[in-house]
Amino acid sequence: MEHLTFDYPARSVVSARAHVGVVGSGDLEVLLAPNQAMQARVVVNTSVDGYGHIWKSVLDRFFSRYDGAAQIEINDFGATPGVVALRLAEAVEAVQGTQGMQGESA
Amino acid sequence: MNAASETVAPSFAARESFIELTARERARRLLDAGTFRELLGPFDRLTSPWLPLQGIVCQADDGAIIARGSIDGEPAVVAAIESAFQGGSIGEVSGSKIAGALELALRDCERGRTVRPIIVFETGGVRLQEANLGLAVIAEIQAAIVALRRHVPVVGVIAGMVGCFGGMSLAAALCSRLIMTRQGRLGMNGPEVIEQEAGIEELDASDRRRIWQLIGGEQRVASGLADRLVDDDADAIAAAVREAFSAGVPPVHRSEAVGRYLSLLSRIDPDTATPESMRSVFGDRTANSKECE
Repeated sequence: MEHLTFDYPARSVVSARAHVGVVGSGDLEVLLAPNQAMQARVVVNTSVDGYGHIWKSVLDRFFSRYDGAAQIEINDFGATPGVVALRLAEAVEAVQGTQGMQGESA
Repeated sequence: MNAASETVAPSFAARESFIELTARERARRLLDAGTFRELLGPFDRLTSPWLPLQGIVCQADDGAIIARGSIDGEPAVVAAIESAFQGGSIGEVSGSKIAGALELALRDCERGRTVRPIIVFETGGVRLQEANLGLAVIAEIQAAIVALRRHVPVVGVIAGMVGCFGGMSLAAALCSRLIMTRQGRLGMNGPEVIEQEAGIEELDASDRRRIWQLIGGEQRVASGLADRLVDDDADAIAAAVREAFSAGVPPVHRSEAVGRYLSLLSRIDPDTATPESMRSVFGDRTANSKECE
């Protein structure tokens, strides 16, 4: 098991949290929550050692389009980079859905 | 309830698979729409302290989803096990979440406020990495089921595809009513364990047809060890759960009918037993019905 931490600059506030995925074979769970500081921090716990450079590539690409000040925890059970990218996108979508609903009810 | 009762299959397109849902979605689907409220969810990060010591990544909810809500307007609690995480195995934390939820429901029931408990079993049993701590908490779950079922039916669902095995199969057997799909399986030892321990001559774990003939939902309902066979349809399963509560607490629980089951067992010859003979003996509802009623 390996623990990796990545920091990215952020420009927008995240106002809701989201949880997607399961720690099942070839899958992962993503916990996305607002960060106090105006920056994003990703903590990866993965069952597969020695792939830090791949994680960096996947997250670099994700944060080239996402600028939320999010605290992201990833619990990974051998997901491929494609699955990781999809789960991250799903988490962002879930947060936006929640924010949208809050906006409607307000 | 009739042994062979089952719902009519709706058109394939309109059916929402229950098996394909995650444990969280299953819990949401069983409760009245809009009433799902998760307790000790993933952001509470109540994870196993034992898995990281063995180099295994934790899941933030430890694979047990506890949700409050209502069933037909009555307060309800669902404990749903996530099979994708460690095969739905019961660890110290996931098991304690389930036992705690049932014990709180019991406390409510004892104060005259009935809470309808549902357990969605999808588990290989104890989590071997947590050994005795997992076993101890399964005993707590079983004790809570037995205490609760005096007040309110405890309803179990085994949808598949993992099924329900080990100590949790005993927990399932203690439930007031068990709902299964054809894909669901219920047994003490899983087929792979039996093959490994007793040899392939005893059981070929790759013979899926044989496995389901022995421990599949259809067989278990036909032999009276489960109550209701339902299609893999979220609406049908949710409806079966509601009917199970409407039927009330059974006069005698299966696990109390010791004399009946001992007499049925005495009619089985282990050397010649087949799925068909098990069905004809255990499915015979008239046998020793005096004790049963």
